[in-house]
Amino acid sequence: MKPRHKRLAAIGVGVAALAIVAALVLTAFEKNLVFFFTPSQVAANEAPQGRLFRIGGMVEKGSVKREGVEVRFVVTDTAKTIPVVYRGALPDLFREGKGVVAQGTLGPDGVFQAREVLAKHDENYMPPEAAHAVTEAQKTRQLQKAQETLVK
Amino acid sequence: MKWFWYASPQTFFPLAGTIARWCAVAAAALTAIGLYIGFFVAPTDAQQGEVYRIIFIHVPAAWMSMFIYLVMAFWAALGLALNTRLSAMMAAALAPTGALFTFIALWTGSLWGKPTWGTYWVWDARLTSELILLFLYFGFIALRAAIEDPRRADRAAALLAIVGVVNVPIIYYSVQWWNTLHQGASVSFSRAPTMAATMLAGMIIMALAFWLYSIAVSLVRVRCMIREGA
Repeated sequence: MKPRHKRLAAIGVGVAALAIVAALVLTAFEKNLVFFFTPSQVAANEAPQGRLFRIGGMVEKGSVKREGVEVRFVVTDTAKTIPVVYRGALPDLFREGKGVVAQGTLGPDGVFQAREVLAKHDENYMPPEAAHAVTEAQKTRQLQKAQETLVK
Repeated sequence: MKWFWYASPQTFFPLAGTIARWCAVAAAALTAIGLYIGFFVAPTDAQQGEVYRIIFIHVPAAWMSMFIYLVMAFWAALGLALNTRLSAMMAAALAPTGALFTFIALWTGSLWGKPTWGTYWVWDARLTSELILLFLYFGFIALRAAIEDPRRADRAAALLAIVGVVNVPIIYYSVQWWNTLHQGASVSFSRAPTMAATMLAGMIIMALAFWLYSIAVSLVRVRCMIREGA
Protein backbone atom coordinates (compact mmCIF):
# COMPACT_ATOMS: atom_id res chain seq x y z
CA MET A 1 0.00 0.00 0.00
CA LYS A 2 1.34 3.38 -0.98
CA PRO A 3 1.18 6.16 1.63
CA ARG A 4 -1.48 7.99 -0.41
CA HIS A 5 -3.68 4.90 -0.44
CA LYS A 6 -3.22 4.61 3.30
CA ARG A 7 -4.29 8.21 3.80
CA LEU A 8 -7.30 7.68 1.50
CA ALA A 9 -8.31 4.60 3.50
CA ALA A 10 -7.87 6.50 6.77
CA ILE A 11 -10.17 9.27 5.50
CA GLY A 12 -12.74 6.68 4.38
CA VAL A 13 -12.73 4.92 7.76
CA GLY A 14 -12.86 8.28 9.53
CA VAL A 15 -15.93 9.44 7.61
CA ALA A 16 -17.67 6.08 8.16
CA ALA A 17 -16.98 6.27 11.92
CA LEU A 18 -18.29 9.84 12.03
CA ALA A 19 -21.43 8.83 10.16
CA ILE A 20 -22.11 6.08 12.71
CA VAL A 21 -21.53 8.48 15.61
CA ALA A 22 -23.86 11.04 14.03
CA ALA A 23 -26.54 8.39 13.43
CA LEU A 24 -26.36 7.25 17.07
CA VAL A 25 -26.47 10.80 18.43
CA LEU A 26 -29.42 11.70 16.21
CA THR A 27 -31.38 8.60 17.23
CA ALA A 28 -30.65 9.39 20.89
CA PHE A 29 -31.95 12.93 20.49
CA GLU A 30 -34.87 11.86 18.30
CA LYS A 31 -37.49 13.29 20.69
CA ASN A 32 -35.85 16.71 20.81
CA LEU A 33 -35.42 16.95 17.05
CA VAL A 34 -39.12 16.59 16.45
CA PHE A 35 -40.55 20.01 15.74
CA PHE A 36 -44.13 19.05 16.54
CA PHE A 37 -46.22 16.14 17.82
CA THR A 38 -49.12 14.67 15.90
CA PRO A 39 -52.53 14.29 17.58
CA SER A 40 -51.95 10.50 17.69
CA GLN A 41 -48.70 11.01 19.58
CA VAL A 42 -50.44 13.34 22.02
CA ALA A 43 -53.21 10.78 22.51
CA ALA A 44 -50.54 8.15 23.26
CA ASN A 45 -49.05 10.50 25.92
CA GLU A 46 -45.80 10.92 23.99
CA ALA A 47 -45.96 14.70 24.17
CA PRO A 48 -44.24 16.44 27.13
CA GLN A 49 -46.58 17.09 30.05
CA GLY A 50 -46.96 20.50 31.66
CA ARG A 51 -44.63 22.43 29.39
CA LEU A 52 -44.79 24.18 26.05
CA PHE A 53 -44.79 21.95 23.00
CA ARG A 54 -46.05 22.07 19.44
CA ILE A 55 -48.75 20.05 17.77
CA GLY A 56 -49.05 19.65 14.03
CA GLY A 57 -51.59 18.28 11.60
CA MET A 58 -54.40 19.35 9.34
CA VAL A 59 -57.04 21.91 10.26
CA GLU A 60 -60.23 19.83 10.15
CA LYS A 61 -62.68 21.01 7.49
CA GLY A 62 -65.59 23.00 8.92
CA SER A 63 -64.05 23.19 12.39
CA VAL A 64 -62.87 26.83 12.38
CA LYS A 65 -65.04 29.07 14.57
CA ARG A 66 -64.18 32.71 15.20
CA GLU A 67 -65.52 34.53 18.28
CA GLY A 68 -64.04 38.02 18.16
CA VAL A 69 -60.26 37.61 18.51
CA GLU A 70 -60.63 34.03 19.70
CA VAL A 71 -60.36 31.26 17.14
CA ARG A 72 -61.31 27.66 17.78
CA PHE A 73 -60.39 24.87 15.41
CA VAL A 74 -59.62 21.16 15.43
CA VAL A 75 -56.25 19.69 14.45
CA THR A 76 -56.40 16.21 12.98
CA ASP A 77 -53.99 13.62 11.60
CA THR A 78 -57.00 11.67 10.25
CA ALA A 79 -56.70 9.20 13.17
CA LYS A 80 -56.98 11.42 16.28
CA THR A 81 -58.06 15.01 16.79
CA ILE A 82 -57.23 17.83 19.23
CA PRO A 83 -59.41 20.91 19.75
CA VAL A 84 -57.37 24.13 19.77
CA VAL A 85 -58.16 27.60 21.05
CA TYR A 86 -56.07 30.60 20.01
CA ARG A 87 -56.22 34.38 20.44
CA GLY A 88 -54.44 36.46 17.84
CA ALA A 89 -53.73 36.90 14.17
CA LEU A 90 -53.47 33.80 11.98
CA PRO A 91 -50.96 33.50 9.12
CA ASP A 92 -52.26 34.05 5.56
CA LEU A 93 -51.96 30.40 4.62
CA PHE A 94 -54.01 29.17 7.57
CA ARG A 95 -56.82 27.26 5.82
CA GLU A 96 -59.22 24.46 6.57
CA GLY A 97 -57.89 21.17 5.24
CA LYS A 98 -54.30 22.51 5.21
CA GLY A 99 -51.31 21.92 7.46
CA VAL A 100 -50.87 23.81 10.72
CA VAL A 101 -48.39 23.85 13.61
CA ALA A 102 -49.46 25.35 16.95
CA GLN A 103 -47.30 25.97 20.01
CA GLY A 104 -48.85 25.99 23.47
CA THR A 105 -49.93 23.76 26.33
CA LEU A 106 -52.54 21.07 26.68
CA GLY A 107 -55.21 22.11 29.19
CA PRO A 108 -56.73 19.66 31.70
CA ASP A 109 -59.93 19.75 29.63
CA GLY A 110 -58.05 18.35 26.62
CA VAL A 111 -58.18 21.65 24.76
CA PHE A 112 -54.84 22.84 23.40
CA GLN A 113 -54.19 26.45 24.44
CA ALA A 114 -52.14 27.81 21.53
CA ARG A 115 -49.80 30.79 21.94
CA GLU A 116 -48.50 30.75 18.41
CA VAL A 117 -50.01 29.33 15.22
CA LEU A 118 -47.92 28.70 12.09
CA ALA A 119 -49.15 27.49 8.72
CA LYS A 120 -47.37 24.45 7.33
CA HIS A 121 -47.21 24.54 3.58
CA ASP A 122 -47.17 21.30 1.56
CA GLU A 123 -44.79 20.48 -1.28
CA ASN A 124 -47.38 20.90 -4.04
CA TYR A 125 -47.05 23.87 -6.33
CA MET A 126 -49.69 24.41 -9.01
CA PRO A 127 -51.51 27.20 -10.81
CA PRO A 128 -55.06 28.11 -9.61
CA GLU A 129 -56.68 26.47 -12.67
CA ALA A 130 -54.99 23.15 -11.88
CA ALA A 131 -55.95 23.41 -8.21
CA HIS A 132 -59.55 24.06 -9.30
CA ALA A 133 -59.46 21.04 -11.63
CA VAL A 134 -58.18 18.83 -8.78
CA THR A 135 -60.97 19.84 -6.40
CA GLU A 136 -63.58 19.41 -9.15
CA ALA A 137 -62.26 15.92 -9.92
CA GLN A 138 -62.40 15.02 -6.23
CA LYS A 139 -65.99 16.29 -6.01
CA THR A 140 -67.16 14.25 -9.01
CA ARG A 141 -65.43 11.18 -7.60
CA GLN A 142 -67.25 11.65 -4.30
CA LEU A 143 -70.51 12.18 -6.16
CA GLN A 144 -69.98 8.98 -8.13
CA LYS A 145 -69.25 7.07 -4.93
CA ALA A 146 -72.40 8.45 -3.31
CA GLN A 147 -74.46 7.44 -6.35
CA GLU A 148 -72.95 3.97 -6.34
CA THR A 149 -73.82 3.44 -2.68
CA LEU A 150 -77.35 4.74 -3.37
CA VAL A 151 -77.82 2.26 -6.22
CA LYS A 152 -76.71 -0.57 -3.98
CA MET B 1 -0.28 9.00 -15.03
CA LYS B 2 -2.21 11.33 -17.32
CA TRP B 3 -4.47 12.27 -14.40
CA PHE B 4 -1.80 14.35 -12.74
CA TRP B 5 -1.12 16.41 -15.85
CA TYR B 6 -3.75 18.97 -14.84
CA ALA B 7 -2.93 18.63 -11.14
CA SER B 8 -0.04 20.96 -11.82
CA PRO B 9 -1.16 24.58 -11.26
CA GLN B 10 0.91 25.79 -14.23
CA THR B 11 -0.91 23.62 -16.77
CA PHE B 12 -4.28 24.13 -15.08
CA PHE B 13 -4.06 27.93 -15.09
CA PRO B 14 -4.88 28.62 -18.79
CA LEU B 15 -7.50 25.83 -18.93
CA ALA B 16 -9.26 27.28 -15.86
CA GLY B 17 -9.35 30.66 -17.59
CA THR B 18 -11.06 29.30 -20.70
CA ILE B 19 -13.61 27.25 -18.74
CA ALA B 20 -14.38 30.18 -16.43
CA ARG B 21 -15.03 32.52 -19.35
CA TRP B 22 -17.48 30.18 -21.10
CA CYS B 23 -19.26 29.25 -17.88
CA ALA B 24 -19.68 32.92 -16.95
CA VAL B 25 -21.30 33.71 -20.31
CA ALA B 26 -23.59 30.67 -20.11
CA ALA B 27 -24.49 31.47 -16.48
CA ALA B 28 -25.52 35.03 -17.40
CA ALA B 29 -27.66 33.80 -20.31
CA LEU B 30 -29.36 31.07 -18.27
CA THR B 31 -30.01 33.43 -15.34
CA ALA B 32 -31.78 35.84 -17.73
CA ILE B 33 -33.90 33.01 -19.19
CA GLY B 34 -34.61 31.48 -15.77
CA LEU B 35 -35.66 34.77 -14.19
CA TYR B 36 -37.84 35.61 -17.21
CA ILE B 37 -39.66 32.27 -16.86
CA GLY B 38 -39.83 32.73 -13.11
CA PHE B 39 -41.33 36.19 -13.19
CA PHE B 40 -43.40 36.26 -16.38
CA VAL B 41 -44.12 32.74 -17.71
CA ALA B 42 -44.67 30.59 -14.60
CA PRO B 43 -48.25 30.74 -13.29
CA THR B 44 -49.26 32.08 -9.89
CA ASP B 45 -49.46 29.41 -7.18
CA ALA B 46 -52.97 28.40 -6.13
CA GLN B 47 -52.24 28.57 -2.38
CA GLN B 48 -49.45 31.06 -1.87
CA GLY B 49 -50.05 33.54 -4.68
CA GLU B 50 -47.00 35.44 -5.94
CA VAL B 51 -44.85 34.84 -2.85
CA TYR B 52 -43.94 31.36 -4.07
CA ARG B 53 -41.75 32.89 -6.82
CA ILE B 54 -38.92 32.96 -4.27
CA ILE B 55 -38.39 29.26 -5.07
CA PHE B 56 -36.65 30.21 -8.32
CA ILE B 57 -33.82 31.55 -6.16
CA HIS B 58 -34.33 29.70 -2.88
CA VAL B 59 -34.41 26.09 -4.04
CA PRO B 60 -31.46 26.26 -6.51
CA ALA B 61 -29.44 28.17 -3.87
CA ALA B 62 -30.23 25.54 -1.24
CA TRP B 63 -29.27 22.73 -3.64
CA MET B 64 -26.01 24.49 -4.46
CA SER B 65 -25.20 25.11 -0.79
CA MET B 66 -25.27 21.36 -0.13
CA PHE B 67 -23.72 20.26 -3.42
CA ILE B 68 -20.81 22.72 -3.23
CA TYR B 69 -20.05 21.44 0.27
CA LEU B 70 -19.80 17.89 -1.05
CA VAL B 71 -17.51 18.97 -3.90
CA MET B 72 -15.43 21.06 -1.48
CA ALA B 73 -15.04 18.13 0.90
CA PHE B 74 -14.15 15.88 -2.06
CA TRP B 75 -11.32 18.20 -3.12
CA ALA B 76 -10.21 18.62 0.49
CA ALA B 77 -10.05 14.84 0.97
CA LEU B 78 -8.19 14.42 -2.32
CA GLY B 79 -5.70 17.07 -1.27
CA LEU B 80 -5.22 15.37 2.08
CA ALA B 81 -4.68 11.94 0.51
CA LEU B 82 -2.61 12.83 -2.55
CA ASN B 83 -0.86 15.93 -1.22
CA THR B 84 -1.75 17.85 -4.36
CA ARG B 85 -1.66 21.58 -3.81
CA LEU B 86 -4.27 22.27 -6.49
CA SER B 87 -6.93 20.11 -4.77
CA ALA B 88 -6.63 22.18 -1.60
CA MET B 89 -6.86 25.33 -3.71
CA MET B 90 -10.07 24.07 -5.35
CA ALA B 91 -11.60 23.37 -1.95
CA ALA B 92 -10.64 26.81 -0.70
CA ALA B 93 -11.97 28.48 -3.85
CA LEU B 94 -15.39 26.81 -3.48
CA ALA B 95 -15.93 27.78 0.16
CA PRO B 96 -16.97 31.46 -0.28
CA THR B 97 -19.45 30.56 -3.05
CA GLY B 98 -20.90 27.77 -0.91
CA ALA B 99 -21.26 30.15 2.01
CA LEU B 100 -22.92 32.71 -0.26
CA PHE B 101 -25.52 30.21 -1.50
CA THR B 102 -26.17 28.97 2.04
CA PHE B 103 -26.77 32.54 3.14
CA ILE B 104 -29.06 33.21 0.16
CA ALA B 105 -31.05 30.04 0.92
CA LEU B 106 -31.49 31.03 4.58
CA TRP B 107 -32.28 34.64 3.76
CA THR B 108 -34.83 34.03 0.99
CA GLY B 109 -36.36 31.23 3.07
CA SER B 110 -36.78 33.63 5.95
CA LEU B 111 -38.44 36.23 3.73
CA TRP B 112 -40.79 33.53 2.42
CA GLY B 113 -41.46 32.15 5.88
CA LYS B 114 -42.98 35.35 7.25
CA PRO B 115 -45.94 35.59 4.83
CA THR B 116 -46.55 31.83 4.49
CA TRP B 117 -45.73 30.26 7.86
CA GLY B 118 -46.22 33.40 9.91
CA THR B 119 -42.63 33.59 11.20
CA TYR B 120 -39.16 34.51 9.91
CA TRP B 121 -37.38 31.72 11.74
CA VAL B 122 -38.13 28.50 13.61
CA TRP B 123 -35.64 26.05 15.09
CA ASP B 124 -36.82 23.05 13.12
CA ALA B 125 -34.39 20.38 11.89
CA ARG B 126 -34.13 21.66 8.30
CA LEU B 127 -33.48 25.29 9.15
CA THR B 128 -31.10 24.52 12.01
CA SER B 129 -28.99 22.06 10.00
CA GLU B 130 -28.76 24.55 7.12
CA LEU B 131 -27.57 27.21 9.59
CA ILE B 132 -24.92 24.76 10.83
CA LEU B 133 -23.82 24.38 7.21
CA LEU B 134 -23.24 28.15 7.04
CA PHE B 135 -21.12 27.95 10.19
CA LEU B 136 -19.15 25.04 8.71
CA TYR B 137 -18.31 27.16 5.67
CA PHE B 138 -17.31 30.08 7.91
CA GLY B 139 -15.26 27.71 10.07
CA PHE B 140 -13.47 26.32 7.02
CA ILE B 141 -12.61 29.79 5.69
CA ALA B 142 -11.55 31.08 9.12
CA LEU B 143 -9.45 28.05 10.01
CA ARG B 144 -7.58 28.17 6.72
CA ALA B 145 -6.92 31.88 7.15
CA ALA B 146 -5.83 31.51 10.77
CA ILE B 147 -2.88 29.16 10.16
CA GLU B 148 0.27 30.76 8.79
CA ASP B 149 1.84 27.75 7.03
CA PRO B 150 -0.26 27.07 3.89
CA ARG B 151 0.32 23.27 3.93
CA ARG B 152 -0.78 22.97 7.55
CA ALA B 153 -3.68 25.36 6.95
CA ASP B 154 -4.92 23.21 4.05
CA ARG B 155 -4.65 20.02 6.11
CA ALA B 156 -6.54 21.44 9.10
CA ALA B 157 -9.26 22.97 6.93
CA ALA B 158 -9.57 19.73 4.95
CA LEU B 159 -10.21 17.77 8.15
CA LEU B 160 -12.94 20.23 9.16
CA ALA B 161 -14.52 20.00 5.69
CA ILE B 162 -14.54 16.19 5.82
CA VAL B 163 -16.04 16.07 9.31
CA GLY B 164 -18.76 18.48 8.21
CA VAL B 165 -19.87 16.19 5.38
CA VAL B 166 -22.01 14.33 7.93
CA ASN B 167 -24.27 17.38 8.06
CA VAL B 168 -25.24 17.31 4.37
CA PRO B 169 -27.44 14.16 4.39
CA ILE B 170 -28.94 15.44 7.65
CA ILE B 171 -30.04 18.64 5.88
CA TYR B 172 -31.36 16.75 2.88
CA TYR B 173 -33.31 14.07 4.77
CA SER B 174 -34.32 16.19 7.80
CA VAL B 175 -37.79 16.77 6.36
CA GLN B 176 -38.31 13.01 5.99
CA TRP B 177 -36.75 11.83 9.22
CA TRP B 178 -38.47 14.25 11.59
CA ASN B 179 -41.56 16.39 11.76
CA THR B 180 -40.46 19.79 10.52
CA LEU B 181 -42.24 23.00 9.69
CA HIS B 182 -40.34 23.06 6.39
CA GLN B 183 -42.24 21.13 3.73
CA GLY B 184 -40.88 18.03 2.03
CA ALA B 185 -39.08 18.09 -1.29
CA SER B 186 -41.17 18.95 -4.35
CA VAL B 187 -38.44 17.59 -6.60
CA SER B 188 -36.49 14.49 -5.58
CA PHE B 189 -34.62 11.56 -7.07
CA SER B 190 -37.22 8.97 -6.13
CA ARG B 191 -40.53 10.28 -7.45
CA ALA B 192 -42.21 12.59 -9.94
CA PRO B 193 -42.04 16.31 -9.08
CA THR B 194 -45.14 17.74 -7.40
CA MET B 195 -45.17 21.06 -9.20
CA ALA B 196 -46.40 22.55 -12.46
CA ALA B 197 -44.13 22.01 -15.50
CA THR B 198 -43.28 25.69 -16.19
CA MET B 199 -42.44 26.26 -12.53
CA LEU B 200 -40.17 23.24 -12.61
CA ALA B 201 -38.51 24.40 -15.85
CA GLY B 202 -37.74 27.82 -14.36
CA MET B 203 -36.26 26.22 -11.27
CA ILE B 204 -34.07 23.76 -13.19
CA ILE B 205 -32.75 26.53 -15.47
CA MET B 206 -31.91 28.67 -12.45
CA ALA B 207 -30.16 25.68 -10.86
CA LEU B 208 -28.06 25.22 -14.02
CA ALA B 209 -27.24 28.93 -14.03
CA PHE B 210 -26.08 28.69 -10.39
CA TRP B 211 -23.91 25.67 -11.28
CA LEU B 212 -22.18 27.52 -14.09
CA TYR B 213 -21.79 30.63 -11.95
CA SER B 214 -20.19 28.56 -9.18
CA ILE B 215 -17.77 26.92 -11.61
CA ALA B 216 -16.83 30.28 -13.15
CA VAL B 217 -16.18 32.16 -9.91
CA SER B 218 -14.36 29.31 -8.18
CA LEU B 219 -12.05 28.85 -11.18
CA VAL B 220 -11.32 32.58 -11.23
CA ARG B 221 -10.55 32.32 -7.51
CA VAL B 222 -8.24 29.34 -8.13
CA ARG B 223 -6.38 31.37 -10.76
CA CYS B 224 -5.88 34.16 -8.22
CA MET B 225 -4.54 31.64 -5.69
CA ILE B 226 -2.15 30.15 -8.26
CA ARG B 227 -0.85 33.65 -9.10
CA GLU B 228 -0.42 34.48 -5.41
CA GLY B 229 1.31 31.18 -4.75
CA ALA B 230 3.61 31.29 -7.76
